[in-house]
Formats: sequence, structure tokens, C-alpha cells
Amino acid sequence: MPSSSSAWAGIRDSIPPSMSALPFGLLFGTLAFDKGLSLADATLMSATIFGGASQMVGIELFRGGVAAWLIVFSIFAVNFRHILYSASIGRHLSEFTFLQKALAFFLLVDPLYASSELRIERKTPITFAWYAGYGIFMYFIWIAGTVVGYEFGRLIRNPEAIGIDFLLPIYFLGLLLGFRKRQHWLPVVLASGVAAIIAYLTVGSPWHVGLGSIAGILVAVLMPLEREPQDDPVPASDGPEDMG
Amino acid sequence: MSSGFMTIPANVWIILAGALVTYATRFGGHLVISRMKRIPPRVNVALNAVPAAVITTLVAPGFVQHGAAEIITLLAAIVLGLRLPMMVMFLLGWALVVALRAAGL
Repeated sequence: MPSSSSAWAGIRDSIPPSMSALPFGLLFGTLAFDKGLSLADATLMSATIFGGASQMVGIELFRGGVAAWLIVFSIFAVNFRHILYSASIGRHLSEFTFLQKALAFFLLVDPLYASSELRIERKTPITFAWYAGYGIFMYFIWIAGTVVGYEFGRLIRNPEAIGIDFLLPIYFLGLLLGFRKRQHWLPVVLASGVAAIIAYLTVGSPWHVGLGSIAGILVAVLMPLEREPQDDPVPASDGPEDMG
Repeated sequence: MSSGFMTIPANVWIILAGALVTYATRFGGHLVISRMKRIPPRVNVALNAVPAAVITTLVAPGFVQHGAAEIITLLAAIVLGLRLPMMVMFLLGWALVVALRAAGL
């Protein structure tokens, strides 16, 4: 197995995003403490949902006495984007067994999705070892961050002063630039950026994620098709680089 | 035995239901697509546009929800990111936002 396909390679690739997610795990733990959640509840959330933004929304609503179904629906709405990730990345996991897929989709968080797409872009196959190494390492960092944040996060008096709150936009911007060679990249980015900002300022977060994404995807779909295959069956992947 | 069931706190049920709907989103997209025998070209184009479209929406609010320090940082990060490895850009961007905020922007 080439070194880039091993579990160690997955762990190595997941160190930057894990370190980037760690402050958010710490923040989640701290917020959970502030909102009066038990350590067990906070840890259970990180271990079973494994999705930062939706967990933040969840604990925000817990304290407000909001109806249970509404909390669950909000978590679903914030995580709705994963349907797109799943549809896109699932095409490249055809070598995985059903159980491997079951685990892979559980671990499908934003950075793992983005790194997988980047791998496809670079024509490197997605192996289960690489994928599991990446995802499981992040998973444990996320849980550890939650616990440590819960216990000690109170000591961070001023997260803004050390820029913690702004790490995620910078990180995602870096990922975004990694896709700039992809078809229709600039029009897609401009459309979804403008739509996201308008939605953010009008209907508010987290709707800007869904609405902005739809705008960008619509622009890509409305672009003229290149080399449209008329009657040939379309392969179940987006090109010869697919090793699945 | 029903009392054991009843004593599980509401918080736990809400968290587990949240976990279940989250897992449904992560598995569901694939289930829908894999039922298609072949993927129409337009659908393929749409799926290829997903990463840039979604990730853009996670960055975009950074331009409007903060102030000058954050806007300058993002603009600098775009320029740096076109030339430098991502991790270097990330660390420089981090340092820049801390410095600009310390400078009072």
C-alpha cells in the first residue's frame, strides 16, 4: 500500500484540521458548561452527533426551553449540507464494504469531506485505511476537546483576543482555494458568496449555508455542458481518475 | 422495566434523536444517488460544484459579521493562499487577525 494511502497518512492529513477544530471542541465544552449541560450530555453529543455547528445550535436551544422536536429539527437543518457531501463522495467509495461505508458516513464531517474531494482532485484513491485514520483521529480529538473544554475552558477569558473565533473562516478559505482548478469554480464561488451574504443579512444563520450553496450549484448547472456525451452511458464517477 | 425506560432523561433522547437525523443526512445523499443506474451529466456537474458552493458559504459571513481586521485578514489570506501552502497561509492569517485586532481595527 503506498504510504499516501495508509492509516498513518490519514492521521497525518487530519492533524491540521484537527488542530483547527480543537479550539471549537474546547469552545463547545465551555459553552456546554455555561449552558448547564452535564459533562456526560456534552460528551454524548460530541460522540454521537460529531458536528460542531449543530452541537452549538443544540446547546443554545436546550436552555431556552424550546420544544424537543424543534431542537432535533434545527440540528437536522444545520447538518443538511451533509446530504450533498454524502451524494458527492459516495460515488468514490465503491471499494468500501457496507460496514466500511456505514462508518465512513458517520465520520463525514466538513474537513474529511473537503480532504476527500481534494484527493479526488489530485487523482489519489480514497482508501478505507486513509479515510478511517483521518476520521477516527478527528473524532477522538473532538471528544477530547469537549471534555477538556468543559473542565478548563472557563480559563480562556477572551477568545477573541487570540483570534480563536476567526480560525474557521481562514481554514475554510484555504480549502476553497484548493478547488480553484475545478470546472466553473469562480462563477460558483461568486454566486454562492453573494447569495450567502444576502441570506446571512436577511433570513440569518444557518440558512445562508443552504441558500448560498443552492445558488452556486444552480450557476454550475446553468453553465453550458462541455463535451456532452449524447447516448453513452455516463460513468458512475466524474472521470477516469476514479479508482473505485 | 418500563421505569428504566422512563428514567432516561429528556436531554439524552433529544441528543440521540439529533444524532440519528445527522447520520441520516450523512448516509442519505449516497443512498439517493446510488439508486440511479447512471448519473445524468447535469447532476454530475451539480455534484462537482458542491464543495466550492458549500465551503464559500462558510467563509462569506466572515466578510460581514465582524469588522475591518477580519475583512483585511480574509483578503490577505486569498492572496497568500494563491502562492503559499495552505498551512502557512493559515498560520499567517491567524497571526494577522490577532495583530490587527490588537492594533484596534
